This record gives sequence, structure tokens and C-alpha cells, in this order.
Amino acid sequence: MSTTLAASAPPLPVAPAADRPLRIALIGNPNSGKTSLFNQLTGLNQKVGNFPGVTVDRKSGWAQLAPGRRAEIVDLPGTYSLYPKSLDEQVITDLLYDRAAPNYPDFVVVTVDASNLRRSLLLFTQVVDLGLPAILALNMTDVAARHGVTIDVAALQRELGVPIVPMNARSGSGVAALKIVMAERLATCPAGLFWWPDETLLPLVRHLRYYFNLHNDYLALHYAQQYRHVGFLTADDRAHVVELVAQHGFDATARQAQETIARYQRINEILLETVTVTRTETREPVSNRIDKVLTHRVGGYLIFLAILFLLFQAVFTWAQYPMDLIDRGIGALSGAIQARFSGPLVRLLTEGVLAGLGGVLIFIPQIALLFGFLAVLEETGYMARVTFLMDKLMRPFGLSGKSVVPLISGLACAVPAIMGARTIESWKDRMITIFVTPLMSCSARIPVYTVLVALVVPDAPVLAVFNLRGVVLMGLYLLGLGAALGSAWVLKKLLKARERSYFIMEFPVYKWPRWKNVALTIYQKVRAFVWSAGQVIVAISVVLWALATYGPGNQQAEAEKKVRLEEAASRSRSPEAGLVSGGDAELLQRTERRVAAARLETSYAGIFGRSIEPVIRPLGFDWKIGIALLTSFAAREVFVGTMSTIYSVGQEADLGTVQAKLRAERGPDGQPFFTPARAMSLLVFYVFAMQCMSTLAVTYRETKSWRWPLGQLVYMTGLAYAAALLVWQVFG
Amino acid sequence: MMSLFRRPVATAAAVRRTAGSLRVGETGTICCLEDPTMALKLLEMGCVPGVQVRLSGRAPLGDPLMLVLGDNEYTLSLRQSEAATITLKP
Repeated sequence: MSTTLAASAPPLPVAPAADRPLRIALIGNPNSGKTSLFNQLTGLNQKVGNFPGVTVDRKSGWAQLAPGRRAEIVDLPGTYSLYPKSLDEQVITDLLYDRAAPNYPDFVVVTVDASNLRRSLLLFTQVVDLGLPAILALNMTDVAARHGVTIDVAALQRELGVPIVPMNARSGSGVAALKIVMAERLATCPAGLFWWPDETLLPLVRHLRYYFNLHNDYLALHYAQQYRHVGFLTADDRAHVVELVAQHGFDATARQAQETIARYQRINEILLETVTVTRTETREPVSNRIDKVLTHRVGGYLIFLAILFLLFQAVFTWAQYPMDLIDRGIGALSGAIQARFSGPLVRLLTEGVLAGLGGVLIFIPQIALLFGFLAVLEETGYMARVTFLMDKLMRPFGLSGKSVVPLISGLACAVPAIMGARTIESWKDRMITIFVTPLMSCSARIPVYTVLVALVVPDAPVLAVFNLRGVVLMGLYLLGLGAALGSAWVLKKLLKARERSYFIMEFPVYKWPRWKNVALTIYQKVRAFVWSAGQVIVAISVVLWALATYGPGNQQAEAEKKVRLEEAASRSRSPEAGLVSGGDAELLQRTERRVAAARLETSYAGIFGRSIEPVIRPLGFDWKIGIALLTSFAAREVFVGTMSTIYSVGQEADLGTVQAKLRAERGPDGQPFFTPARAMSLLVFYVFAMQCMSTLAVTYRETKSWRWPLGQLVYMTGLAYAAALLVWQVFG
Repeated sequence: MMSLFRRPVATAAAVRRTAGSLRVGETGTICCLEDPTMALKLLEMGCVPGVQVRLSGRAPLGDPLMLVLGDNEYTLSLRQSEAATITLKP
């Protein structure tokens, strides 16, 4: 065992009060099974935020360790060391540096890949040297055994000085044992350190240690290395560290490299005595053989395209059945209610709440499928290969292979996609990725696309295999992708790089997706969507209904009176119509429709829409679309709900689908209002426009500056206006 | 010496063997890491002097590369320019 300098001995951990639940942090390398373990420990009791207002940095959940003993588990992002290389990893040091912080964990569980011990232990020794009590979760013991790796757990436990629990987080074996160890608080600090700063560093380290009142030398060294990224240091503190570092001639890079090499030496010594490797198979590992196919010169791209195609097929074709079901269900419910009851409250319920709710629920199949698909790609390890395949292709546009994952996730939702860009270490690559991701057609645009495309594009076959509607949809997606790449290229020219861009990453071994993890992801995304987007949509629908139903003063009443007088006059002029009772009913219906239209026009919403009509008329839009555009700036998905609400005012409720309502809409000339050119102009507008508050909020949070979200808003909306103008002026 | 065959002009720099100049299937042992900042990341990922590396493949467009570390322990993917900072023992 290593001998310890007396001064470096870590003080005993502060024991938590017995009544307070334990707080335990999970830390480990990427792909070490940390997320699987987290899911095993917490199940559905997780709090993961992907939308503004909820914590996104920390994934936490509650675990029942033993009867009457609950613990809060914090899942930290995967990392290779305690020296963060990306923003994602910085969260870890923020949490572990400050012992006084309210979220400081009582102890940590380090997940370690047993088949790859040497590298995994690097992080472990750093965590322990920081003075954190730790338990080692020796994961993937089955993989290690298959690789011929035999680990003498008892000897390793003696050498490392912390409890070790062999386990397999994917199957769940060993989790029960881990819970017992966690509940007993058998987390300990080993008696000795694995590495300590050498004599020449001690003056600097001791100075920092006493200045900041830190509990150990290694933490003080971390301050010298990381002071720029430590969030809780004041400007004065930082200035002091800068001064000290310069005064002692501290070479951060060289010292860090020395430390890493020294740690590896120590780890090698430990492993020599505790691990024996007997290679049983001489053939290449299965994963490498799969890679030969999936990253093949030609086959690799073909397979990637096929997978993308399957994804689209799933979202547009398979999702159609449950969506139709939801749509018809809402229509039927609304019709049934209106048939039995009447009054303003019933109208609020059917035309406001139900119409809005329908607009939310209808997304669920597509969102579930899209996120499910992406989760499977991520789980199997295929996403890393996509990154690998695409890197060279993306670089001319100022993006890196790592931008591909945010861009593809952007097809689902830009909010998690933008947060996914955290893994990109280079500032410039990351900013470009964040900026252009919202141009990818997200799932909120899907209903807009589906409704409008189905309205104007005939359901005709193209080249025998494709469908014209499918082709147009594909075109809209490609338009978004093209705009994203083009904008990225422009930004590449405009921005200056702050540091070199990296592309070093580990290829995870291929494995079957754990369906529980996939299901959990789908559940969380759908829940987050229904709750956060749903609340906005339903609220807007209700407000909108009120605005569309009521108007200032007695303008509405006067407009109604005027229409009724006109209708009465025309009826008296054509008495033959009154002879047939059926014709009479038709006339009455026409009167009611005209009355409703007149009331809507003089309502608050109508006045609002009319006031912006001059701006959007060149795009081929009228005041009704104007209302939908305005509400869409809160979130695009509101569009369908808004259209549904606006066009259902005064229409029969059983005209359930939005499409039917839009198709019934006539222009002043009596012709269908939604011509192909008008619908195309509107579609193009939705492809480009920045109409999502959540995206702007997350861009602000991720870039820490208003310049980026404002840039997105102005740039994308300007692009949308110009493109829609072009479409309408040329084809309209 | 492999690089001698690949590069017609045999300057002193060209003789230097790096992970970037390996041919697919070829193996080498890490000698040192040239670029200090890159070295920190490479070290953390296990590219420590003395470790054996094998170029197991390249992306379809020639870049990035797949580098297998140790005795088939795990695979890293990195760009040609990054691999060129890893010098191998002659």
C-alpha cells in the first residue's frame, strides 16, 4: 500500500444527520453502465428535466435502499477524469469541489467497467484522492469473464481500500448487494492516497489550501488547475489564484500529464497483483467485426440511409393509425358533448379546451416513435458510428461528426438536441451546432406539415414505389437540412475558433438495447411534452377561444344584425327558395355560417389578425392565418390547435378533423381558400421560422448570452419571411 | 520504416512513425505524445506511452480512424490530425 504524507491524510467525512436521507452521487466513464445502474436503483422515481424551468444539469432520483431508508441518487455525466474537457463534465467538478454546498454528496458510487479496469480506475483514484468516501461498483463482470479477465475482488478491495461490489447493471445482478452496502454506509475513504502532488508543488498547493480553507492538498491542486471553471469563486479569488499560479510558475498542462501518467503507473502496480488475463479467443471481438460492416466504405452509408428511411417511415406511416384514432376520438367526444348540452361553458369546453387538447395528444405517437428510435440507436452504440461516418462530411460546413447527433435529435425536438451539443468540446463547433439545430424539422412541425400537405397534395403514387405526399414531406425535411448546413457554412466563415476542435472518443461495444431504458426515455419525453407543451397549448387554446368569441363593445352584435338583415332581404327577394323545406334549412345554415364569420371578424382575435394582415398579405396569408402565426410563436405545435379553434367557431362540431375544417374554408370568390401555392408558402414559412420559446430559452441557457437566441429569432424568421414571399410571389 | 515506402520524400520528419501513418491492420507501441493539450485527452482515454495500438480501420472518406488499444481492449475513434500527434516506437 502506498505510504501517506501525514498532512495529506483525508479528514474523516462529515457524517450526515441520521434522520436526513442519504445523498449519493453516481460517477463513472461513459459506457460504464452508469445509466443502467441509475435506472436499476431508481426505476420510475426519476426527475429529469428537458424543458426550461426544470433542472437539466443533474439527473436525480430516489432509491429505496432498505426498509425505511431512502437515498437520493444523483446521476453525473460520464467522464474519463476529474479534469473536465467539455461543459457536460464541468457539472461534476462544480458538485464535488465545494464541501459546503447543499448538494454535496455523502458518498459516491464509482461505476467501473471490469473489462477495462485500467482506464476506469484513473477516475476512481482521482475521486478518492479528493477525499470523497466511495464504493466501487465493479460492473460488466460478465463481459470481463468472456474476455478472459479474472479479478481477485478480495485482493483488489484490500489494495483500493473501499468496498467493491461485483455486478451486472444490465441484468440487475449485484444491484441488491450494492443497495445493502449503500444502506450500511459502508463507503469509506481509503487510508492512503493513490497519488499526491510532489514537493515542488507543495508551496503553491499549501497556499491555496489555507487560503480557501480546503480539506486536502489534491483539491487545492484542482483549484490551481481549474480556477477558470469553478463557478462559485469570486472575481477576487480568481485574481488571487492567477497571481499565485504565475508566481510559482505552475505549468498546468505538464502537471496534469505527469499526474495522469503517475496514476496509471500506480494502477498498473495494483492490477498486476489482482488481475490475471487469459485470452481465450484469438479472433477479433464481435464488435470490431460488426464495425467492418457498419462503417464499410459504401455499405456504411447505405445502412445509415436505410435506418433514417426506416425512422421516417415509422414516424409518418406507422404513427398515422394511432393519430387518426386520437383525432377521431376527440372529434366524436366533442360532437357528442355539443349534441347533448349547449351554452357558453360547453362551447368553451369543446371549442377551446378539447380542440387544444386534441392538438397536444395527437403528437404523442410520433414523439414516442421518434424518441424511441433515437434511444435505440444510442443504446446499441450505433450513434457513435454515425458520428464517425459523418465527421469528414460535416467538417466543410464548420460542424463536426459530433454535431450529427444533435442534428438528428433535432428531428425530434430542438430542446434536448441543443443540450446534446454539450458533448462537443470545441466552442465554435458547439455554437454553430446550437445555432442551426432549430432549422431541422422537429416533431412540432410534423402536424403542420401533415395537415397542409394532405390538404393540397394529392395521394398519388410516384415512380410506382413512393407516394407524392411522402415525397413532398421528404422535400420539406431536406429543405430544413439544407438551410441548417448552409447557415452553418456561413457561420463557419464568420466565427473565430477559440480552441482546436477534438474528435477523440471511445467506440462503445455494440449491445442489444435495454428495452427498459428505451421505454423510460420514451415515457420521460412524452410526459415532459404533454406537461410543459401541453399546458401552454391548452392555455393558449382557451385564451384564443375567448378572444375569437368575444369582441369589443357591441361591434359583434351590430355585425350580426347587419348580416341577418341582408340574409332576410335576399330570402324575400327569392321566394321560390322558401317553398322547399330542404332549401329553407340550407338557407338558414348559410345564414348561421355568415353570422359566425362576421362575429369572428369583429372579435378581439379578428381585430388582432386584421391589424397584422398588411405584413403577411404578400406571403398569401390572411388574418386567420395571422392569428395562427402569432400563437405559433409560443410554440409551433399550437398551429393546428389554433386553426382548429378558429375554424371551428361556428362550424358543426362533428367536422372533427382540422383538415375537413380547412377544406371547407372558402375565399371571398367562393373557391377553396387553401390553394397549393398558399399552403406551400405557409409550409415553407414553418420550415424556417423560429417559433419556439423553449428553444430560445434553452439556447440562452446553453450559450449564456442573449445574442445567440436573438440571432436565431431574427435570422430564422427573416429567412422564413423571405422564402414564403418568394413562393407566393412566384406561384400565387 | 513503413512510412518510407508511403512517402517518396524521406525527410527526417517523414521517417517518424505515428499512429496516423499506420496502415490498416498494422500495430505499433506508443512512444510519446507530441501535442501537450491533445496529450491530456489522449492520456485520459488510455493512450499511455508503452501501450500497443492497432489501426483497425478508417472511415469511408479516409478520416477519422479507428484505433484499437492494448490487446483488443477497446476502440477509440480519432481524426488523422490527432493520430499524427501520437509517435510510435520505431
